[in-house]
Amino acid sequence: MREGKGKQALALSIKMVSGLINANPVVYEKKERRVRSAPANVDEYAVEPIDQLEIFDHLRDIKDPEHPYSLEELKVISEDAIEVDDSNSYVRITFTPTVEHCSMATIIGLCLRVKLMRSLPSRYKVDIRIAPGSHATEAAVNKQLNDKERVAAALENPNLVEMVDECLAPTYGFSN
Amino acid sequence: MAEPTELTRHVEAYIDTSRSPAQQAAALEAIASLLKSGRLTIEAMVREMGLYLTTTDAIIRAKGILLLAEVLSCLSSNPLDKITIHSLITFFTERLADWKALRGALVGCLALMRRNDQVGRVTLDDAKAVLESFLESLHVQSLGQHDRKLCFELLECLLENYSDAVIPLGNQVIDGLCESIDMEKDPECLMLAFHIVKLAAQLFPDPDGPLACVAEELFEILGHYFPIHFTHQKAEDLNITRDNLSSSLMLAFSSTPLFEPFAVPLLLEKLSSDLPSAKVDALKYLNHCSLKYGPERMAKHAEAIWRLLKDTILLSLRELILSFSPESLDTLETPRNEIADGALTFLETAVAQNNDLFLNLILGDADVNLIIQSISSYKSYTEISSEMKERVHAVGRILAVSAKTSIASCNRVFGSIRPCLLEALGISVRDLYGNHPHGHEHVDSEEISFGALFLSVLLLEASRDLIVGSEKATFLPNSGPEASHSIFQGFATGFERAFISTMSRNNYTEVSNPHVFLGVKGLQIFATFPGGLLPIQGSLFEDILTMLVSVVTQNCKNEWLWTLAMKALVNIGSYIFKYHQPEKGPSFMAIVVEKISSLLTSTELGMPYPLKLEAASNVGMIEMNYMLRIVRGVEEALFTNLSEIYTQVNIKSAEETVQLLHCYSTKILPWMQESGGTEQVPMQFVAALLSQIEGCNDLSSVAEEKGIMDATMEAVKFAVGSCSEASQNIIVEKTCSILSSSSYFSVDEYSFPTLPIEMEGLLSTNELESMPAKEKWVLSLFASVIIALHPTTHISNVRAAIHLFMRTFLKGHIPSAQALGSIVNKLCPRQNGERVPSDCSLEEAIDLIFNLSMRYPGKSKITLSDICHAASTNKSLQISALVGLAWIGKGLLMRGHDKVKDITMIFLECFLPTDGMSSKQASPEEEQDQNLHSSVMKYAADSFRILMSDSEDCLNRRFHPIIRPLYKQRFFSIMLPIFQSLFVKCDSSLTRSLLYRAFAHVVCEAPLIAVLGEAKKLIPLLVDAILIFSKDDAGKDLMYSLLLVLSGILMDKNGQDAVIDNASMIINCLISSITYPHMMPVRETGLQCLFAMSTLPHTRVYPLRTQVLQAIARVLDDPKRVVRLEAVRCRQAWSFLC
Repeated sequence: MREGKGKQALALSIKMVSGLINANPVVYEKKERRVRSAPANVDEYAVEPIDQLEIFDHLRDIKDPEHPYSLEELKVISEDAIEVDDSNSYVRITFTPTVEHCSMATIIGLCLRVKLMRSLPSRYKVDIRIAPGSHATEAAVNKQLNDKERVAAALENPNLVEMVDECLAPTYGFSN
Repeated sequence: MAEPTELTRHVEAYIDTSRSPAQQAAALEAIASLLKSGRLTIEAMVREMGLYLTTTDAIIRAKGILLLAEVLSCLSSNPLDKITIHSLITFFTERLADWKALRGALVGCLALMRRNDQVGRVTLDDAKAVLESFLESLHVQSLGQHDRKLCFELLECLLENYSDAVIPLGNQVIDGLCESIDMEKDPECLMLAFHIVKLAAQLFPDPDGPLACVAEELFEILGHYFPIHFTHQKAEDLNITRDNLSSSLMLAFSSTPLFEPFAVPLLLEKLSSDLPSAKVDALKYLNHCSLKYGPERMAKHAEAIWRLLKDTILLSLRELILSFSPESLDTLETPRNEIADGALTFLETAVAQNNDLFLNLILGDADVNLIIQSISSYKSYTEISSEMKERVHAVGRILAVSAKTSIASCNRVFGSIRPCLLEALGISVRDLYGNHPHGHEHVDSEEISFGALFLSVLLLEASRDLIVGSEKATFLPNSGPEASHSIFQGFATGFERAFISTMSRNNYTEVSNPHVFLGVKGLQIFATFPGGLLPIQGSLFEDILTMLVSVVTQNCKNEWLWTLAMKALVNIGSYIFKYHQPEKGPSFMAIVVEKISSLLTSTELGMPYPLKLEAASNVGMIEMNYMLRIVRGVEEALFTNLSEIYTQVNIKSAEETVQLLHCYSTKILPWMQESGGTEQVPMQFVAALLSQIEGCNDLSSVAEEKGIMDATMEAVKFAVGSCSEASQNIIVEKTCSILSSSSYFSVDEYSFPTLPIEMEGLLSTNELESMPAKEKWVLSLFASVIIALHPTTHISNVRAAIHLFMRTFLKGHIPSAQALGSIVNKLCPRQNGERVPSDCSLEEAIDLIFNLSMRYPGKSKITLSDICHAASTNKSLQISALVGLAWIGKGLLMRGHDKVKDITMIFLECFLPTDGMSSKQASPEEEQDQNLHSSVMKYAADSFRILMSDSEDCLNRRFHPIIRPLYKQRFFSIMLPIFQSLFVKCDSSLTRSLLYRAFAHVVCEAPLIAVLGEAKKLIPLLVDAILIFSKDDAGKDLMYSLLLVLSGILMDKNGQDAVIDNASMIINCLISSITYPHMMPVRETGLQCLFAMSTLPHTRVYPLRTQVLQAIARVLDDPKRVVRLEAVRCRQAWSFLC
């Protein structure tokens, strides 16, 4: 039953997109990529834990579903909005949709989740949520994004997968 | 005459539109060659073609005329008679009106008009007729691109070569010109059109002439093209760039002063454009045009020019940050800004053109004056607002540029800002003329304003450049620049005092203090003023040098200041030679070079030794004479130190010696060689070194330290390597004589080298340590000398040398082995019947090395290869023998000698398991024996690295080896099948891993192109080797190198074919490499290779997708970040594989 609901809920958000939700978003400058200073004496066996910046580097170039800008440029995500605890394998991402009623919020959240699923070790638990007060149906979206079954169901929908993959396409933005 | 049928056939082939372009071209060529060879005349051809040229069918007629025209183009260098030319040009001129067959007419006209006098030229009357017809019947802009281009070419040709025909038609020509270039858009045509305008302007310079009447109209057409907007990105298909178009248009703009009333306002207007490229272009055009239009015409616009330039300069300097790093002592700001440069260049031109007018404007400008008046208030760089910084910077640059234009303007600028500057620098007028001894009353540096210092430095620099430039041009130091004396009168002392006082501040703690930077720069400028021109009392130049040297010697802690002062000294020194100021040379030598050179020997502790050496080499590299002085200092210090080392235990001087030697071989010698220094220096150095060691009897323990010995050997090798053969001969003689005088290298053996070597001495392992220190030094130096010799240098007793080195390398002395390798590399082979220059041929030397027998106590005699084959139970002897053999092999391999095969076989035989080794249970003793044996095998495997890799120590390009081209490639191709068969035969795992080690050395060093050729055979071996190395960390570097080879194959088009066949095998191997825990680059490269694999044909790699994705998922948790990022990228590529 729930699986069906999930599909419906996410599918709905696509149908709604006939016109642009936020036709004229504010575009911010990209932050300069911090170059990590190479450690002076390289210890072959030293561990470099996964940190905020590393996760931000994974996410910053994801394309917005409706504009040709990256999530970083639209300030949907920022480095500070990422909490990471490598020893406990836990990440929490807080993102801010550009407008309160943005129906794209679920898609953005789904993109974030898929990207992290593909980039982080399987031991990680990922929590994704909308910044408090930045969206009309905050609770509903948060619930949807962190429900394993609903996410799995969404990823069985070929339309959604195509949309997500388009946002994650590696040709966009800076590729190393 | 040629048979008409042949001609007809060709003509028909050309005219037939169904034939291919290639066939038509062939027909054209055939006709042209008929004409060239004289088998056909033009008349005959025209007669034959008759109907084709006049038919009413436009297509055939066009083709026919084009054929005739093309044929004429082919005959451009064949003489034609006047009548033929006349009738042909008349024909084509008429055809210009025939728009359906225009192409041929244009080509024909062009072909005829371009002929020169030698081969028959079109007469002026005919040319005039062409022009008239052109103007009457052609509407250029209604034609296609290629026809337009031809039209422009024709017009260009007429204007360029037939000006007498053009001039009478003045008005018509100009009107026609305007009409034809209006609205042109094609870049190629535009290039021609711009050039035509320029030509026309030159033909009609008269201010009342035909051009003057339509100048405005014509310029309006041209003006539309500015600034050039050229979006065509790919330049290769056009050969025209934006720059070409832009400079061509610039020449058209500046072609006649008649354009001035229209061009200058347009360009000035574009100065306020938002487009940076438009600004840059406008400035460039203005600069060029003002030169062509002349001062009078430009004077009208002076005010507007100054206003706009001021704004442009202010705006463009905004982004430039002043840099106070030592590198910017020459130019104040980095990076350069194109707009600022353009604006300042134009300002300079403008000031030079209308001196008084512009100086009035500049010096009377309210903004400029405001800055000058308030200059004393800009005290500290850090406290001034950034807007004021920009303004001070801009005003400084403007004044400097104006001062640079002439002595008169220099005087005026100085005169007008002098009171303000003096006040700001804290110098009273009384000070200037009163005869204060300098240093009497220091100006408090806190009082000196940054702005004033900055302006003074910029202005002084400008006046120096002006004087140096005018001196170079006139060589009359007393005429022009005399005027400048007056401005500097007394002024310089004030400035100098101000600069010195900035330096004498005690708190040098701040890094890059702008005051100090400007002080040093100011001093540098003073010191580079041409000698007699600066009327300053006493010895300003010497004071400055002393000051800077003391900064260098006393401020070693502050790296910025030290480098700054050093750089200033080097700049001053170079300036002396660049601008020929020989009168300053002696002072510089005495104060700077002597002092710094003496630092090397002084025991003064204030300055760290590496800094002393850096200062010395920096100063030396200014000029050869200085370098020679520095070399003297270095050698003096070196030999004093060495003699201390030989006689007493002095660790401190040992350290310094190593640094000295290192500086000598890496900085001084290469510089001397590059700047064409004499070989006397290195030769005498080696000779002195040898004499010194000869004179010492007992060497202290410090002398045995490896560091000193290695550094000395390096220096000797480089020094000998840079000598000519003659000097090398002398050095070799000397070394040999020292050697033979030593009792240790016993005389008997030395003169009878065929005697067997006593093995007794070789048996004790610490034999090398027991060798007396002096003998070890002499031996090492001898080896170094031998290593660096030219192939043609004569070694007096090669046999004895070989014998000696054989004996010593078996004791583990590696330089001896390298010297042997060098000898066999450079000896001459035996030639048929001829005497070899040296007393021993290559063959004899090889024979000596391999058959020299060694006497073994209680046993029969054995040879080198027997030792390698473990005939002795002494393993360390066996290892020394293997290493030595590898160096000998390297020498032979590089010259491409066949004997190297035997040597490699010796190495390979070491791998073959000895009896009973692999089978029975081993007793502890046997086990130890086995361990020893495996270490010997490892040395045998690593011998291949010595064979293949380039060595720093010997047989590299600095030491003149004989190198056969592609020797590595050849060796690789020989070895590959041998390895293949050995891998098949081999059953022991130890042998197998060592065999792979040897194989890896060969593959890694082989050129990629050779590896790619054998990719199919190689891949299975590579994959096996990587899998074996991935089991432990012993071969991690080799594993990395092998992965790089594999990635090289993967990246190549041909290599990929081989990879596709073995895809699954390679993927397995890569998967094992991406989890290799011992080396991060291995994992990274493994992932990159996997990424590359994902681009292979889908059918091949898709079945492996799941396996790869599972493996990569594990790597996502790699301890290293770089690897994780690479894993994400790789995973992305593989998961989208569909």
